[in-house]
Amino acid sequence: MTTYTNEQVAHLVEGSLDWDTTFRMLSMPKDNSRFEQYLAALQAKVSFKERIVLPLGPHLYIVQNAHKQWVTQCDCGHAFGDYRENWKLHAALYVRDTEEAMTEVYPKLMAPDTQWQVYREYYCPSCGTMHDVEAPTPWYPVIHDFEPDIEAFYKDWVGLPVPERAD
Amino acid sequence: MNMMTSKEVGFADLLKNGQTLKQFRDGIIERTQASGHYNGLEKLAFRDSDPIGYEKLFSKLRGGLVHARETAKKIAASPIVEQEGELCFTLYNAVGDCVLTSTGIIIHVGTMGAAIKYMIENNWEANPGINPGDMFTNNDCSIGNVHPCDIATIVPIFWDGRLIGWVGGVTHVIDTGAVTPGSMSTGQTQRFGDGYMITCRKTGVNDEPLRDWLHESQRSVRTPKYWILDEKTRIAGCHMIRELVEDVIRADGIDAYEKFAFEVIEEGRRGLMSRIKAMTLPGKYRKVSFVDVPYKHEDVQVSNAFAKLDSIMHSPCEMTIKPDGKWRLDFEGASRWGWHTFNAHQVAFTSGIWVMMCQTLVPTQRINDGAYYATEFRLPKGTWCNPDDRRTGHAYAWHFLVSGWAALWRGLSQSYFSRGYLEEVNAGNANTSNWLQGGGINQDGEIHAVNSFEASSCGTGACAVKDGLNHAAAIWNPEGDMGDIEIWEMAEPLLYLGRNVKANSGGYGKYRGGCGFETLRMVWNAQDWTMFFMGNGFMNSDWGMMGGYPSATGYRFEAHKTGLEQRIAIGDSLPLGGDLDPTRPDYERHIDATAVVKRDKQCMTTEDCYDNHDLYLNYLRGGPGFGDPIDREPKAIENDLNQKFLLPEYAQKVYGAVFTEDAKGVFTVDAAKTQARRGEMRKERLARALPTREWMKEERERILNKHAAVQVRHMFATSFALSEKFTKQFKDFWSLPDDWQLLEEELGVPSYGAKHRMDLSLLPDVTTVVQVEE
Repeated sequence: MTTYTNEQVAHLVEGSLDWDTTFRMLSMPKDNSRFEQYLAALQAKVSFKERIVLPLGPHLYIVQNAHKQWVTQCDCGHAFGDYRENWKLHAALYVRDTEEAMTEVYPKLMAPDTQWQVYREYYCPSCGTMHDVEAPTPWYPVIHDFEPDIEAFYKDWVGLPVPERAD
Repeated sequence: MNMMTSKEVGFADLLKNGQTLKQFRDGIIERTQASGHYNGLEKLAFRDSDPIGYEKLFSKLRGGLVHARETAKKIAASPIVEQEGELCFTLYNAVGDCVLTSTGIIIHVGTMGAAIKYMIENNWEANPGINPGDMFTNNDCSIGNVHPCDIATIVPIFWDGRLIGWVGGVTHVIDTGAVTPGSMSTGQTQRFGDGYMITCRKTGVNDEPLRDWLHESQRSVRTPKYWILDEKTRIAGCHMIRELVEDVIRADGIDAYEKFAFEVIEEGRRGLMSRIKAMTLPGKYRKVSFVDVPYKHEDVQVSNAFAKLDSIMHSPCEMTIKPDGKWRLDFEGASRWGWHTFNAHQVAFTSGIWVMMCQTLVPTQRINDGAYYATEFRLPKGTWCNPDDRRTGHAYAWHFLVSGWAALWRGLSQSYFSRGYLEEVNAGNANTSNWLQGGGINQDGEIHAVNSFEASSCGTGACAVKDGLNHAAAIWNPEGDMGDIEIWEMAEPLLYLGRNVKANSGGYGKYRGGCGFETLRMVWNAQDWTMFFMGNGFMNSDWGMMGGYPSATGYRFEAHKTGLEQRIAIGDSLPLGGDLDPTRPDYERHIDATAVVKRDKQCMTTEDCYDNHDLYLNYLRGGPGFGDPIDREPKAIENDLNQKFLLPEYAQKVYGAVFTEDAKGVFTVDAAKTQARRGEMRKERLARALPTREWMKEERERILNKHAAVQVRHMFATSFALSEKFTKQFKDFWSLPDDWQLLEEELGVPSYGAKHRMDLSLLPDVTTVVQVEE
């Protein structure tokens, strides 16, 4: 099985990995140690102290906080609440639901008609990072995208001890 | 005196084991369900005892399938087949389960299998009989074909007088003789206008097509020359593969071949599960996508008043990846099928999904029905992806399928991202449109139809480590190719006045989606010519990921009475190149001021008249973006500006780029000023935002008051009518009172099909094949 150095995985996270190695990652069987290396690269990169349990996005993580609770947290340290909840319900939201708001982001005729579809931009209430853009119809419930089975993943899939969790 | 033959029509004993094909298939299904392994194969005896022999057999068969495809496609004249590679050959075992498939449009891994299973379930072996040298043709969408233009030729393979398998070949033909020309036309609203429809018909004996079939089929379509050569392509490929199988059996023995033909499917089942465990992450993923169906507009001229309404396709997907590596794809809550040509049969979904998966989760040569056996599909009956009415039209089922699968891209990509396989993340794909289609009398004076396949090179979705590819691919054909201008100009009476990358068509993000492209076409040397548009316009189906924006939507541009003939004669300026910025249109400055121009979001139209020198813009869409745009590298923005992939206004507004432009038009982005501007943008974002729960209170009021456009209410009403679970989730989320409801009948739009429907299974002497939870 192909393996990669911690430095290479850190470059992958930064988007600065050379193409030859990236291509090898794409074309060769997957390296099962990646998750551990990935966590290490991210932990070294973030400014917060909490332990990363699972990355959710470029600036969003499930972390274990000082009280051993698992929460969804932004790069900047802003916590969105329990990891089982939909973090978007605790975000700052801007909805592009007018033609004027849509033409701020796309040329005329190249954005949706807001009678059919709107853009919902979810920001971190502290730092203003845009974590997600939903593009549903009006009325659509806020989507709870992802409920990971972290225990099964750690224990059965990558053979790592599950981080402690206080509920 | 009419003497009947004394030959008994009945049990044919094709397998020489005393079983009918149905009994044999029932046994396989039973053993699979009982053991959890395909055909009860808990051990792969051949593979484990002779791994080298097994692999050699695999290589011979797979190599032969690919070789047959590459050779046979040279017979075709249609650019769709010859240039774009819209064909595929697949080898099946005796019960129609796919053993291996070639490259190409491998959506057909299961569609021809569904046709074989239909023949088995409906006792084709007794009548019309299955013999060596027979050919069967199928394009019936109500038994598993994707859309009528995918014509399949299916040939049984016998060894020593015994049926041991089947080979099928499919090509996407240029015209199916539907109400309107082109292979995926919009003018019809039901199967009865969808074109020539063939249900597993015996069309050849002794390796020769039957003359009645040739005469009937060739006059049933507008493009007989292409049709004839497409059929020769399919037959040649099937016969090459049949010979290959015979050669393999002569070399390796029938026992080895038959063991392989079953073990490789079980191996495929295990392969998908191990790939899921190696690549993804267990849990629940929820994604959704939509497609606009704007049929109310006057430029959609259909023959039924009940089809004249605006509606929306709703495709919610809950993807559950289980700890054992199995997965379940549940489309509970999907909207109802409709009076248009975008409905999809369940097999188009369950089979078609692998053409997508081979580009992400299973990039392997071993695509076969094993993957189907490792997947639980739930496609509720009555939805757009499992219609319960035999009247449904399917000519462009892809329009919904591609968009429905966008949800799967995003779900899988979430798992790759969380696990650290960033190189695999893909925000999605483009809505593979526009489809330029039409017909009339071409430049050679012949009745003709056109179906541009430039859509096979749309932008791809952004990755988590790099931008998407510009004008590179289509989800439905992993080897898509936009084709050469010179070839298209021979196939279509349409001259190119431009072929350019489409600025701003890729979704913005830290990594942007790939841009699509646009070609400006001028009608030339045609007579009585028509064309129409087909694509997304009012909505996009491909969201960005993790802060990236969706790709741009489509729009249409067409111009009539252009005066271009005169302008060319006197050497005046002409509209050339791309429609760079639709906010500031430029084409109109190079045609007569009195020209009739349509520039709007109505990207779904029916046949309209075009004179020579009229214009048509074919805009192929871009892919969605990944990550917050204000994370994008200033150098990448600079590059986009200088290559005209991005308009300066949006470099400022979306990316926060601060830049200068020199006298030669070269842009330079100032990294420090850009960083400062982005700090301000963060504050501006928060200033205009509300806490989500505050916004929800406002939205809830709008729902209580039923304040939304009719197409939005129609979509929800059809989903509510089909799914109590979705209705409950919706009402719970918005805390709606128990008595709140939304019914189709209160919308004031036609609701034919809402209550009264008739499934194909209700026809006499028809057994349908169900391969999903309904």
